[in-house]
Amino acid sequence: MTDHNLQAAVSAGVMSAEDEHRALLQSIVEVARAIFSAKAASIFLHDEEADELVFEAVAGEGSDNLIGTRFPSSTGVAGWVLVTRQPLVIDDLEQDPRHSRETAQSTGYVPQAMMTVPLLHAERALGVLNVLDRSHEIEFSLGQMELLGLFANQAAIALDLLQRARHARSVLNESGGDAGVIARIASALEDLDEEQREPVLRLLAALDDVLHADVSF
Amino acid sequence: MAEAQEKQQPERYTGETLPAWSLPAAAAETIGIGAGWPERVTRDWALGGSTGAGIRVCILDSGVQADHPLVGSLEGAVALSKTEDGEILIEDDTEGDLCGHGTACAGIVRSLAPDCRLFSVRVLGAGFKGSGSVLLEGLRWAIGEGFDVINMSLSTTKKQFSGWLHELADSAYFRRTVLVASAHNMPVESYPWRFSSVISVGSHEEQDPLTFFYNPSPPVEFFARGVNVDVAWIGGAKIRSSGNSFATPHMSGICALILAKHPELTPFQLKSVLYLTASNVGGAE
Repeated sequence: MTDHNLQAAVSAGVMSAEDEHRALLQSIVEVARAIFSAKAASIFLHDEEADELVFEAVAGEGSDNLIGTRFPSSTGVAGWVLVTRQPLVIDDLEQDPRHSRETAQSTGYVPQAMMTVPLLHAERALGVLNVLDRSHEIEFSLGQMELLGLFANQAAIALDLLQRARHARSVLNESGGDAGVIARIASALEDLDEEQREPVLRLLAALDDVLHADVSF
Repeated sequence: MAEAQEKQQPERYTGETLPAWSLPAAAAETIGIGAGWPERVTRDWALGGSTGAGIRVCILDSGVQADHPLVGSLEGAVALSKTEDGEILIEDDTEGDLCGHGTACAGIVRSLAPDCRLFSVRVLGAGFKGSGSVLLEGLRWAIGEGFDVINMSLSTTKKQFSGWLHELADSAYFRRTVLVASAHNMPVESYPWRFSSVISVGSHEEQDPLTFFYNPSPPVEFFARGVNVDVAWIGGAKIRSSGNSFATPHMSGICALILAKHPELTPFQLKSVLYLTASNVGGAE
């Protein structure tokens, strides 16, 4: 296999992973919307570099063309939840000063009630999950919060995988030189017979040990 | 620079008197404790007739709007901030609450313990933004001030701060400052509520502000009212909100009531009284 082919194979894997993770996020918002009989549900990713919240998945009202739309990360209830890393349930948004009506209007749907939960992975807040206007028949309870937390956990894992896939793709796209060296080594290794391959693998194993050493001197 | 400051260990609190590592035979009499607890500790014994008078309760949060009708009055307020050089400044707070959360907590404490003395230490900025080093320094300052109760309706998920927070929580415990800390609302690790030297609080769904439960399966040790609570908010507003942030000041208020009636209680003894008078333990009447 040539280095070009190897890179293409890895790229193909990364590309399809992104599609699958995006489909998983979409599935999570659709199920969340159905469980809570809500008007809409959405997932925002926190773009740390730009410090913005980006729509990654939307189900229900206002879902057309919202993917990719961005807001400053401190905007509205979602911004509050991202910073505090605590879930928030508000049943009367009109009365709550944290609500940004202007932002809601720009999405084409202004909710009256909102359940918002942070997507936490390790020590990072990756984004937030929003459930808008759940059924009036579902009164707020700690059980609802727990259920929302379970969805959030699933969404956080999917979002983390999506970010990793994107990072891998950008590494392949942008640092072709470094990745190319590794790809050429892998390619050359493929062409060696068993006897030639064994010492090279030992050398690579030693290199791996050096790179991952906890203690160096 | 800012990152370096985050990692710098805060000054260790050294306010404790030298510890007595042992008890000589002749000294046993000197620590005689005339607690005189009744055979059955009840709510009435613990807090009946108390208004929290004289107890100094510190709200370590986003500041407090002093003139909010549900807050009543504030006896003092400071704000901590971090300069561009990473230095932490402690100044008199002239701005009050920047986002509403601290005012909500203060209003709840006031509703339970109307005659307590409320103080505000602002460690969170606008939009609830705060840094771990400011939180640590604010807590260290509050412990040094010797408040009877410190309400912490906040926590950090950053592991790098856990050791220092643990040390401060233990200092508070030995200094007779009761640290009441809210558990995270989701099943994640955060601090300082996980430490056994604090009184950690989650939410129950009942509406009685004096109903609280002991949890026999810690780390959360107590559950207090935290669902659909009408709380004070900035601009003189009132909103309905839910979460452990609002259960915590209910416990702080209850602690203030008990301490006003029994000022001799150590945090260990106070926690024992809370246990004995919890709604699911039997001393709730």
